[in-house]
Order: sequence, then C-alpha cells, then structure tokens
Amino acid sequence: MAVRAYEEAGRPWSGSVRRRLSAAFWRRPWLRAVALLLPPLAWMVVFYLAALAVLFVSAFWSVDSFTGKLTHAWTWSNFDTIIHDSTYHQIAFRTIWMAAAVTVTDAIIAFPFAYYMARVATPRLRTVLFVLVLLPLWSSYLARIYAWRLILNDEGVLNWSLDKLGLPHQNWAFTNTAMWIVFSYIWLPFMILPIYASLERIPDSLLEASRDLGGKSWATFRRVILPLALPGIVAGSIFTFSLTLGDYITPSLVGNVDFIGNVIYRNVLGLTNNLPFAAAYATVPLVVMAVYLALAKRTGAFEAL
Amino acid sequence: MSLGLWTGLVVAFLWIPLVLICVYAFNSSNIQSWPIAGFSTKWFSAAWHNEEARSALLLSLKAAGLATAIALVLGTAAAAAVSRFRFFGRDTITFLLVLPIALPGVVTGIALNSFFTSNPVHGLTPSLWTIVIGHATFCIVVVYNNVVARLRRTQTSLTEASMDLGADGWQTFRFVTFPVISTALIAGGLLAFALSFDEVIVTTFTAGAQNTLPIWILGNLRLGQQLPQVNVVVFFVIVMTVIPVTIAQRLTRDTGILRRR
Repeated sequence: MAVRAYEEAGRPWSGSVRRRLSAAFWRRPWLRAVALLLPPLAWMVVFYLAALAVLFVSAFWSVDSFTGKLTHAWTWSNFDTIIHDSTYHQIAFRTIWMAAAVTVTDAIIAFPFAYYMARVATPRLRTVLFVLVLLPLWSSYLARIYAWRLILNDEGVLNWSLDKLGLPHQNWAFTNTAMWIVFSYIWLPFMILPIYASLERIPDSLLEASRDLGGKSWATFRRVILPLALPGIVAGSIFTFSLTLGDYITPSLVGNVDFIGNVIYRNVLGLTNNLPFAAAYATVPLVVMAVYLALAKRTGAFEAL
Repeated sequence: MSLGLWTGLVVAFLWIPLVLICVYAFNSSNIQSWPIAGFSTKWFSAAWHNEEARSALLLSLKAAGLATAIALVLGTAAAAAVSRFRFFGRDTITFLLVLPIALPGVVTGIALNSFFTSNPVHGLTPSLWTIVIGHATFCIVVVYNNVVARLRRTQTSLTEASMDLGADGWQTFRFVTFPVISTALIAGGLLAFALSFDEVIVTTFTAGAQNTLPIWILGNLRLGQQLPQVNVVVFFVIVMTVIPVTIAQRLTRDTGILRRR
C-alpha cells in the first residue's frame, strides 16, 4: 500500500522534473548544443590541444647534459641544431621525398582501380571490391609490414617466384626500395577510397554532355573527369603523405636509414633522451603538414575526406 | 578490359601479403622461408600458453574497450551537435576531431608523451589510462563520422513529431533517435575498437613499459625473437580486426563507412 502510494506520488514528480528539464532544453536550442558539445570539446582541448601546446613549448627547453634533467629556460638551441646540422636536413628531406614518392605511386595505382570500381563495375562487384579494399585498410598495420619482410626476405616469396621465372635474385630487403614498396602498400587503400568516392559522385550526364559536344575520350578524361576527381586525389594524398611523414616503424622494420620519426622516437624513448629536441624536430612534419593542408583546402579536398 | 586487369592486379597486390602471413602461421618450422616446411598447428598452442602474449592481449582488450566506450559517448554527442545545430565554428569542430588522425602519428604520440611526462599540473604516469586517453582521442572521429553520416540522412521532423506527441527529451532519444542511429553506433564502435586494438605508433609513446599486443609483436619483430608465435598472434590480430570491420560494413551499407575519419 505504502509502496503504491510512493509510486503514485513519486512518478509524476520525477516525470515533471524530467519534463521541465526537457522543456527547458527544447525551448533553448543553444543550451542543448552546449550540453552536447561541451564534453567532446573539453576532451579534445584538455588532452589534445593542451598536449600539442606542451609539445610546442617544450621545443624551447633543453636538457642538462650532466644531470639529464629538463631545463625550463627559453632557448633556440634545438632549432639552431635542426637548421644548421646537415644530418637533420638529410633525414628531413629523405622523409619528405619518400612521402612524395609514395603519394605519387599510390595515386597512379589507385586511380584506374577506383575508376573501374566507380564507373565500370556492376553494383554487386563494386560492393565486393569495396570490402576487398576496406579490409586491408583496417587489418593489422604491423602484420602488413611483417608480411613484406617475409616476402622480400632473401629466402622469401619474391626470390622464390623470380627463381621459378628464371629471373635473377634481388636484394631489396632493408633498402629504400623496400620502404617505398611497403609504404605504398600499406597506405594504398587510403588513396583508393577518396578517389572512388569522388569518381562515383560524377553525374553520367556530364560525361554524356562532353561526348555530345565532341569530346574524345581522352579530352573527356582530362577536362571533365580529372578535375572532378582532383579533390578526391588530394584528399587521399593527405593520408598517404601524412602517414608516411609520421611513420617510424616501417623504416625500422624494413629499411636501414632514419626517418624523422626515428629521430623523434630515439630522443623520446631511446638512449638519447632529449625530449625538447624531439619536440623541436616534430615541428618539421607539423609545419610540412600545415602547408600541405592549407594547399589542399584550396582544392576543396576537405569536402572529399 | 585492361582496366579490369589492373583492378585484378591491385586486388592481388592488396591481398597476397595478408594471405601469406596467414599461411606462415601454420609453418611447422621456426625458419621463416618460402615455401614453408610443412603445415602444423603447434605454434597455436605455444602462442596460447605464452604468458607475455596473454597479458598483452588482455591489456589491448581493456584499452580498446574503454577507448571505444569513451569514443562512443563523445563522438555521438559531437555528431548530434554538429548535425542538428548551426553555429559559429561548426567546421572547426570537425577539423579538431580529425586532427589527431590527419597529423603525422609521431606528432600525436610525442605530444601526448610530453603532456604526460613533463606536466607539473597532474601526476599521471604511464598506465592503462594514458593508453586509453591516447586511443580515445583518435577514435572519437571514427564514431563521429558514422553517426554524422546517419543523422544527415535522417529528417529532423521525426524528433519534432516525437516532441509534439508529448515525449520528453530522454524518451525522444530512447525511442526515436537511438533506433535510427543504433547500427551506425555499433559500426562506429566496432571500427573504433579495431583501430585501437591495432594502434602502435601513438601507443609506444603513452604505454611506458606496458605491452599491448601490437607492442609485443613489434618488440619481437625488432629482436627477431619468437617469430613462429608472432606469426600466430599476427594471424589472430588480422582475424580480430577483419571480423568487426566486416560486420560494420554490413551495418552501414546505406551510409557507408567509407569515411574512416
């Protein structure tokens, strides 16, 4: 009896509070927007932007060479080293050069594939191809690098196949060629998907119009398809470029030279232990990407992401 | 015709390494050469009884589970705000969420590392939570993209009708919005899980001395140790990522999970 009375008394009460609250939110859309936005924004600001800020500030600190402790005094010495030491130039240029080579390679491999997927394949085949691209993209990054180690290995699949074909052996394991192949391989799906998306969105009527106006297939390709696919290519290149710039695991597993990431890794977690210098060097890929993103934004690539 | 051939070659290029690594998991020899010496499943039981690998797996599952949970809540909230309201700086929100993935991984890693180690404000030391914070930060965008895509395809009139019929905010969410976005949530969650479970570039900077499964694999690859067991674990990791992604793809056929970011 008492329970029911409590329930009868309790329900409308809690209902009315909930109702009033919900009405308050309903009448003030900005309140809802703030309530929804605040938690994710706070997370990103506290953990990510603050972390980037700390990184940036610590680039101006230094490490006491005797005690190995951080000195929180403002200094340009880290940037001085980066600007004047040719070793670090070489590493930076090597990394950027590789990122560019991988991006171009992936664009060349991906475009015909994406074109076939978007404009030639039947809807059923398209779905199958889509999944076939998606799964490697998501499947283990380390596994895919490791697989190439096994393939390029002296006694691996590649030399075995070359043997069967009567071709000479190669020694690509732990070379720049190996890095180029592996980078192109692991980031390829990131290039295919945005290009596919941009090609799929081109209305058939545009291609028909081009044909009606006397455009040969090459002219249609160059003057209609390519410009419309460009945002997709640029969107894909943001991934391939940025992912290559920031990778230090691929060079350490299949290559034999340092990338920007290796220097940073060694200075943070390795023997060198110089966090401020690592932070300063990390601004190199950061600045490169900032310039790249600014250029990419002009082509409308962000809408194609 | 030649386009079709190219397509076939690209599919082969994408898949041969993955198939190959799975074949190596059954290699009876501990020498990693081709062709493999013979078929055997003995390394499976060896890997299963490997204590290090087990505790690494446990840590990876915990971290991925927690990061996914956080990403689901925060990603959905951000998606709801961005798709339902127009406000100043709306594009900036998307940009901010994408940033952890768009910037080179090593930058995100070292940023979190210097934040965790050289910050006098808090006393965080490398733990499960530093890993989770790192993972959740770049998983939010995965959930966000899935939910945003779904909400853009849903009319606001549905929620308006629900409110007009007397439902309060919670009821509207529970009975109208949630059923609409539920599969997008599952898909986003599965993808976030797969992303976190496999992440290694950022994790090495936030994990300290702890081993997640990818860090365990990486350590052994670097030293060339326990390779037969690594083969098995790698095979397992591929299966662990392929299954959720396949399910996610089926769930979001209408909106597509094309947008990883």
